[in-house]
Amino acid sequence: MSLLFSSHPLLKIFGRFKNKGQKQNGDLSLFCAQVSPGFDLQGVCILEFITYLIRGISLGSVYAIIALGYTMVYGIAKMLNFAHGDIIMIGGYVAFTVMTTLALPSYLAVIAAILFCTLLGVAIERIAYKPLRGATPLAVLITAIGMSYFLQNIALLIFGSDPKMFTSVVPLESVRFYYDGSGLLGVKAFWTGAADPVLPDKLQNADVLTISGVMIVTILVSVAIMIALMVFIKKSKTGRAMLAVSEDKGAAQLMGVNVNKTIAITFAIGSALAAVAGVLLCSAYPTLTPYTGSMPGIKAFVAAVFGGIGSIPGAMVGGILLGIIEIFSTAYISSQLADAIVFSVLIIVLLVKPTGILGKKISEKV
Amino acid sequence: MLKLNMKKTTRQSLVTYAIVIIAFVVFQLLSSFGALSNLIEGQLVNLCLYAILAVSLNLVVGISGELSLGHAGFMCIGAFTSAFFSKICTDTIGNDFLRFLIAMVIGTFFAALVGFLIAIPVLRLRGDYLAIVTLAFGQIIMTLINSMYVGIDKNGLHISFSSESALHLEPGTSPIINGSQGITGTPSIDSDYRFFVSILFLLLTLAVSYHFINSRTGRAVMSIRDNRIAAESVGLNVTKYKILTFTIASAFAGLAGAIFSHNIPTLVATTKNFGYDKSIMILVFVVLGGIGSVRGSMIAAALLTLLPELLRSLTFLPDGIRTFVSENRMLIYAVILIVVMIFSNSPRFVEIRARLKAFFRRGTKKEAV
Repeated sequence: MSLLFSSHPLLKIFGRFKNKGQKQNGDLSLFCAQVSPGFDLQGVCILEFITYLIRGISLGSVYAIIALGYTMVYGIAKMLNFAHGDIIMIGGYVAFTVMTTLALPSYLAVIAAILFCTLLGVAIERIAYKPLRGATPLAVLITAIGMSYFLQNIALLIFGSDPKMFTSVVPLESVRFYYDGSGLLGVKAFWTGAADPVLPDKLQNADVLTISGVMIVTILVSVAIMIALMVFIKKSKTGRAMLAVSEDKGAAQLMGVNVNKTIAITFAIGSALAAVAGVLLCSAYPTLTPYTGSMPGIKAFVAAVFGGIGSIPGAMVGGILLGIIEIFSTAYISSQLADAIVFSVLIIVLLVKPTGILGKKISEKV
Repeated sequence: MLKLNMKKTTRQSLVTYAIVIIAFVVFQLLSSFGALSNLIEGQLVNLCLYAILAVSLNLVVGISGELSLGHAGFMCIGAFTSAFFSKICTDTIGNDFLRFLIAMVIGTFFAALVGFLIAIPVLRLRGDYLAIVTLAFGQIIMTLINSMYVGIDKNGLHISFSSESALHLEPGTSPIINGSQGITGTPSIDSDYRFFVSILFLLLTLAVSYHFINSRTGRAVMSIRDNRIAAESVGLNVTKYKILTFTIASAFAGLAGAIFSHNIPTLVATTKNFGYDKSIMILVFVVLGGIGSVRGSMIAAALLTLLPELLRSLTFLPDGIRTFVSENRMLIYAVILIVVMIFSNSPRFVEIRARLKAFFRRGTKKEAV
């Protein structure tokens, strides 16, 4: 029965395709395809697969942006900034306040979030981490955990524990692709716009793939950020100072690099990225609570380790792969076990290749 | 006179046991006079189990120098295995005390087993990686148990990770571990004895910890903490000692979990019970009590567990402060964590402290002359 709808060559391979739930009126649900949970090879169809893939890449791009901040701070300050995930949440709340309470346009909300988080990141570094430079890693780590808890509970104190509904900052409408199985890849038409298009008869029964504007923007922004960061680190004076500090703090200082300033700048950049990630994350998944940031934060660290800590392309690759793994395990295995699967990735990576996909081996010195 | 002949370490441990016993006697007396509020009485068992958790985590963080953020995961294993045992043996073992004791042993054993299995791969990692991997393991354990359905009928054991109906149990049999609804109605000993038994387990934990720290093995572990490469070069097997410490700590976390599961009507693997927050809370006890100090961890755990109830009784404080403190406990813990860490570890403060110490020492010497 379903062969009628799946004359596309790729769709034919999988045979069955469920043509359902295409009507979407620009609401916040990310995708229209519905899947029954559980692993069912018969039910796997190519359009669902592509849908999940894109959703995974989009979530992965958010992880990648967070992981970039993690990896920079880890590479340069040699510390695991546990509070990084909570800066995401703070960024979300700042944007929420500016948009909803002050009723200002969304671009101002994004700018406000970035500025606030940058200052917050620098302040955290100055107050909590700088006095501990040279102390044992255990002390620094515990302080970072304390900071993470501090931010969560401050947000809890100010905004309360009820979830806030975040309005998307991306004004773009979702893009819909119509497949009818003929022509190049079967894509017959695409449509962007809030209202449902008036379809010609030929496309009445076509299959639709919807990609929301937030997803497209998220993916583009993360790629842009990665490229900008790489150029910044390779070409600019500050960027090279960062490289020098990450290589050897003492030697860098002797060569006239202001180590404290460099670390502060790293925290500023990392926190600004966290704000961007926070706004994008909340645009895609609109419930905002004081705990919004902690899981993505930890997962982004997993992504950074997965890609190779200290490596910028590594953070990107790790983030996107992790996003895909998470969405696929939610869709095809079990939504309850998705987190367990993501964390198993970390454990497997650390046991098999502790340096990650793109990381370098660092030998321990006496 | 006796005191002079004792070793410093023995005296230390005896003082700690004495504190526990005195605290027990005081609480019992207050309770029998009816001077304790119901809230505090309800917390007495928790007091012991948090003290056990703090003392055992202290072995990993303080003695071994590794940060484990998955301690609540081992507690979760101990809780569920022991409660599972008690449930299936409700009819087979009639004696409450015997069943309870075997359940404690089973909880301890399985937590130790899982701790051992996890320690083998994980302890190859160091520092931050170890922290995040133990965190990951804690979350995995909790998630798995939370989505696990186990039941027993005459066809044997049924395990499923999807739903209760997937167990295909005989009609009329209900699952023992029912996914996110956990285990309900674990048979336990009479609630009047629970505090006494928990105190005994706390004393056992303290005795084992002190014995471990002051033994040759404990000194080896501490030397590895202080300088791994030097310890390795004098022939210490670093991995063996680390795994040993980690396993002992997980075993006691399991014991605490077993006590926990036999003290509540419904056991569920929620984040509140066994999540990352719980692990952090135990870490706060250890840090606040002084990393490496057994007695400190115990006292900090006890005080912070009683804090909300203590605050309620401190009537001289204004109401605003009392409600703020009890509602924002985690915020205050966080601040304490940061401040304690900065003051005890920042190179600048360490220097100031050393100078102060030297100053006072000089002062006393002059007096002596």
